[in-house]
Amino acid sequence: MNEIPLWASESFWKKMAIWVTAGSFLILVVLTMDSLTKTSAGSQRVPAYSVINKKIDYQYNNVSHKFMPIIGENEFLFGKEFTDEEARQLVDLGKKTTQAKNCMNCHTLLGNGAYYAPDLTKAWLDKGWISKEIREDMMVKFLMDPENNARTFGSNRKMPNLKITEQEAKGIIAFLKWMSSIDTNGFPYNFKTINAEE
Amino acid sequence: MNTSGLNKVIENTNALCEKSRICRNTFKAWVQLDSNNLSDGQQLAVKYFTVAVILFFAQILFGMLAATQFIYPSFLYEILDFSVNRMIHINAMIIWMLYGFIGCVYWFLEDESGTEIVGLKLGNIAFWLLTSAVTVVVLVYLLVQIGPGKDSSLWFINEGREYIEAPRWADIGIVVVMLIFFYNVVATFSKGKWSGIAGVLTLDLVALAGLYVAGMFYMTNITHEQYWWWWVIHLWVEATWEVLVGVIMAWSLMKLLGVRRKIIQTWLYIEVALMFGSGILGLGHHYFWIGTPEYWLTIGGFFSALEPIPLVAMVVHAVYDSGTHAFKNGNHPALAWIIAQAFGNFFGAGVWGFMHTLPQINMFTHGTQWSASHGHLAFFGAYATINIAFFYLAIQHWRGDVWMGGGSQNAWRWKWALGLLNGGVLGMTIALLIAGYEQSFIERAIEGSTWAGYFTAQNHPSFQSAMIWRLFFGGITFAGFILLVWDLLTIGKGETRKALMIVEN
Ligand code: HEM
Ligand code: HEM
Ligand SMILES: [Fe+2]
Repeated sequence: MNEIPLWASESFWKKMAIWVTAGSFLILVVLTMDSLTKTSAGSQRVPAYSVINKKIDYQYNNVSHKFMPIIGENEFLFGKEFTDEEARQLVDLGKKTTQAKNCMNCHTLLGNGAYYAPDLTKAWLDKGWISKEIREDMMVKFLMDPENNARTFGSNRKMPNLKITEQEAKGIIAFLKWMSSIDTNGFPYNFKTINAEE
Repeated sequence: MNTSGLNKVIENTNALCEKSRICRNTFKAWVQLDSNNLSDGQQLAVKYFTVAVILFFAQILFGMLAATQFIYPSFLYEILDFSVNRMIHINAMIIWMLYGFIGCVYWFLEDESGTEIVGLKLGNIAFWLLTSAVTVVVLVYLLVQIGPGKDSSLWFINEGREYIEAPRWADIGIVVVMLIFFYNVVATFSKGKWSGIAGVLTLDLVALAGLYVAGMFYMTNITHEQYWWWWVIHLWVEATWEVLVGVIMAWSLMKLLGVRRKIIQTWLYIEVALMFGSGILGLGHHYFWIGTPEYWLTIGGFFSALEPIPLVAMVVHAVYDSGTHAFKNGNHPALAWIIAQAFGNFFGAGVWGFMHTLPQINMFTHGTQWSASHGHLAFFGAYATINIAFFYLAIQHWRGDVWMGGGSQNAWRWKWALGLLNGGVLGMTIALLIAGYEQSFIERAIEGSTWAGYFTAQNHPSFQSAMIWRLFFGGITFAGFILLVWDLLTIGKGETRKALMIVEN
């Protein structure tokens, strides 16, 4: 074969491989730093844990053309106002419990996980809890004894008893309430919350 | 306990040991594999391959259990719940594929570097360390399953994070084992000779091991937690694993078909550039809905839409090389699985991935059986296939480089195994795709993803029948796996014709 053109030569592609990889990775690092700052707890997109003291809703926003969480006036969880630190601890307990109980291998959280049970992203706002007056109580009871408080919506699929304590159940509920306040760019679309009129 | 009871236990144990020894010897006499045919590195490699096959079996078994629970929810309820079965299903998959990859590298390390493996003993210790750790982890998954909401649960039971569920102590063990492996690779190339393939492999392993560390931390903030979790999962399967497979494929094509090194390495660099160039920022397709800023919709959508390009290039590469060498080679099942890899990777990752990667579509397919459809075809097509191809290369050499052609007497076994496995996974993929479409329409678009909407979609007849078809094709896959193992153990037995030796041309 005669002269190999530059674009077909081994050394050209070797350099390309190195530069493209290094460049992409560098951009990723910069974007990562930016994203982590913009999503730290207490940011615009990811509210502080003390948001569990507030009313949370999820509605279509006509300006940004997407569904967005709306954080309202005070609406205490378990009838108590939590300090920043107490709120953080309770959400932390809940988050840790969801991992220790392996929730993610049946449910999705923020849409990621398994597909055997409903998404938990906006579980706090779901109409399945019937009314806001009985929601907290129903959730605690359900988490502690899902077998006897099961509502399978005709599917016969029941959540197993995961030996969740009352404190852990409250932690999980706080975690779910906090998670429902995260701005998820409009996912899930067209979700009608427990606050919405029929 | 009295001594007579103890004596009985000892007696029984002895009897059991004796029995298993006899079993092992009978098995050895039956398979007739001669380890003198293998170099030291290759002997280590086949250990990894053996465990890989066992874990592959576990993957399929627990997948069948989980799939059955979709149809009969009370099956094994509160004994082995869906979450446990599914965790073992996908965790076994990740681990068996890693075992397979490590085996592949040990297999060709000596050949590629031109010298003996430097830390062979260390490599063996690492193998037993990893294998005992995996055994303990699986036993804990099965027997303990869950713990209280404390750090200790994450350290000793499971971390509750899809794909990387292994408890923290095991994470640390895995990192140590990877470091030993990495040392072996680098030290052996340094002692022998470096090559383009060696360089890409080394840098890729650094990235692969480094990324694992990104998934080892607990965070309360779920947005941050999932952000790093995807670094591991996505940057593994859509960047570093893909390049690792490129390396393994490059070496295999060189050996199997005699493709020239210069051509192979140029291709490898092109693939690295395209794969990393699209895959690294393609990570953004997991950052649409987890709380991260809106610019990821654009970046993730754009770069991940480019990801199929290197996969097309890989198909061209494999098919072109096979064609120009007139498919002349001495290991037909291995080449067949390599071709299956090229197409499986392209369809599973490239086409199925592309179909739901734009945010406007992903908004409705995210977190439905759509993802499972893509996950099955992609993992099987890209990573199970290349490992199986390598198992065939290994077994051929183990048998003393005998001829393994399509016309051999028992060739129907590998052909049927190939057909059943690929047909089974493809069947499951289609069933899950139908289920995913139905969920996207009914649960996501019409019902707005409420719990009631979720169950409306799950109870729909088209979803339910899709689950039955999935289980049916799971059974086909299972049958294909059994046949594959039988074939691997018997292929080439009693064959005296040598495989033609392929030389670079
Ligand atoms: C061999 C390579 C690949 C493998 C093994 C793979 C595997 C997977 C798996 C298992 C998931 C589900 C993750 C979960 O559990 O939530 C997933 C998600 C996804 N993959 Fe891939 N993938 C590959 C390549 C690709 C490519 C090339 C694309 C795009 C062109 C792609 C696009 C996506 C998207 C958009 C999702 C998100 C699905 C969702 O929103 O739920 N994948 N992938
Ligand atoms: C007998 C064959 C198999 C059966 C019955 C089966 C069944 C299942 C089931 C029931 C799930 C859970 C899905 C959900 O959460 O709803 C699952 C997940 C998964 N399986 Fe399989 N499976 C089989 C074989 C395989 C193979 C061969 C692979 C890849 C090599 C594979 C890779 C996966 C992956 C990556 C996931 C996670 C998907 C996601 O989260 O999106 N499976 N499988
Ligand atoms: Fe991805």
